[in-house]
Amino acid sequence: MTRRIVVISAGLREPSSTSLLGERLAEATLTALAARGSVAEVEVVELRHHGGDIMQAMTSFAPEALRAVFDRVAAADGVIALTPLFNTSYSGLFKSFFDVLPEGSLAGKLVLLGATGGTPRHSLALDYALRPMFAYLHADVLTTGVFAATEDWGAAGDDVRPLTERIARAGESLAEAIAARPAVVVADEFASTASFEEMFSRLRSADDDFENGL
Amino acid sequence: MQFGVFTVSDITTDPTTGRAPSEHDRIKAIVAIAKRSEEVGLDVFALGEHHNPPFVSSSPTTTLGFIAAQTERIILSTATTLITTNDPVKIAEDYAMLQHVADGRVDLMMGRGNTGPVYPWFGKDIRQGIELAIENYALLRKLWDEDVVDWQGKFRTPLQGFTSTPRPLDGVAPFVWHGSIRSPEIAEQAAYYGDGFFHNNIFWPMSHTKQMVGYYRRRFEHYGHGSADQAIVGLGGQVFMRAKSQDAVREFRPYFDNAPVYGGGPSMEDFTRETPLTVGSSQQVIDRYAGMRDAVGDYQRQLFLMDHAGLPLETVLEQLEILGTEVVPVLRREFDSKRPAHVPDAPTHASLVAARGGAVANESDPATLVDRWTGTRAEDSNVLRVAR
Repeated sequence: MTRRIVVISAGLREPSSTSLLGERLAEATLTALAARGSVAEVEVVELRHHGGDIMQAMTSFAPEALRAVFDRVAAADGVIALTPLFNTSYSGLFKSFFDVLPEGSLAGKLVLLGATGGTPRHSLALDYALRPMFAYLHADVLTTGVFAATEDWGAAGDDVRPLTERIARAGESLAEAIAARPAVVVADEFASTASFEEMFSRLRSADDDFENGL
Repeated sequence: MQFGVFTVSDITTDPTTGRAPSEHDRIKAIVAIAKRSEEVGLDVFALGEHHNPPFVSSSPTTTLGFIAAQTERIILSTATTLITTNDPVKIAEDYAMLQHVADGRVDLMMGRGNTGPVYPWFGKDIRQGIELAIENYALLRKLWDEDVVDWQGKFRTPLQGFTSTPRPLDGVAPFVWHGSIRSPEIAEQAAYYGDGFFHNNIFWPMSHTKQMVGYYRRRFEHYGHGSADQAIVGLGGQVFMRAKSQDAVREFRPYFDNAPVYGGGPSMEDFTRETPLTVGSSQQVIDRYAGMRDAVGDYQRQLFLMDHAGLPLETVLEQLEILGTEVVPVLRREFDSKRPAHVPDAPTHASLVAARGGAVANESDPATLVDRWTGTRAEDSNVLRVAR
């Protein structure tokens, strides 16, 4: 079965180094999946094209085009989420997208984090800004994340652990995690709703616990 | 098929004049709107419950009782009654009382409320919203359906030998709708009891409404209340009409653009495309709403939001006139002609009494008249008899 990878990029320009990093991570994942005999397709979502819709979703309802993005995220076997760093954190566009994404969309979802910035001194933002948000959303975030500073794209980059090597390693771990689990099947959103009897008996058993504790 | 209006009782500045009505004016306007709704032939008037400005309707039974005294036919309902933060004992008492004074012209719509701080203001936790709705409603049903109630739950102080008074009129509780926009748990609850399910879709695309109603219908059948197409469904709506659609668009646009409720987000064009809001001629409204049954099946109640966003009272009354004389008669014929015979109307007090095989004459039942603790009757002036 063809696996689905969705790249969510909050890159702002064309070309964008953030989106470029996303493409490279997706390629690395595809290569590593192919080595495992898995076929995958990649879909890239440029959040800047949905900026107005994201704001509308914030104050009103999500327009159809954005709802289609939500559906693709829900159906993804892996999400590669990328943002440029603004003021040492994710950009407002990036945060806003995850603020309007329907609750539960990322629960248990494999997520690979990526970020770009002007200087390698901000690389820990992956761990102090992005990672806690995805942990809150119950995403299954890979321990490896990739930060690319401007200098990483040229000769002045890290020549001990160059960007290409870090990208390959991240792609490898996402591929390994995807291959280790069954393909994501989107459940009917009502399938997980508890029956009335279940909801009611939960209330009753909470009482029993309370009384037993007295 | 029932047609009616529901109001959230907002006080909003009219963007075309810069003036907002006083609370007093708005309350009187709500009464005038209810009376006009009956005059133009609508079936239902529903009033919201809110506990924060800019809304004035904190105490719907007072207003509905006042309206009941000045109307004869229209069904009085709520949109919604807060099942999470109200004491179910007070809901049982208040609405049974309203049912008596209104001679049975009463039903209710349960809701969880959309204002977060209302929960802590009433000592509740919003994270338990669904649980509160489930438990409180279970108690409310018991209080209406059983004369003497013993109760112990998670959220309310226990009751032993409690009788909620007055008993429901003719021994039949008001019909209940459960309103929810996004929570399948509430559709499940409505289905379990065989109650009505109201999807207030005014800010939502039809695709979502279709899913929620579809789930309720499947579960209604699962619980053995009838086939899925016999479930009792209600929808919301919003319209603004003039003889020429361009005039409607021109007149309504400042209200759309400035009303806080629309969030200043989408354009009126986007909003009318994606939600049931229809701004145009009465024929456009007829065409749009006649199509609702294609998405959700034959349904029983259609309520329109007509009096929000700062629209002046005179305009609202004109809109009701157009709704009642030009739109509803056509829709009524359309829906009635297409509805198969096995799909029921929404229950009313009369139909519920008939379904039970007639009224329960609780006046002649001494068990409900003699006070269990003092052993006295109302006629005894409640003198405590000392046991000899």
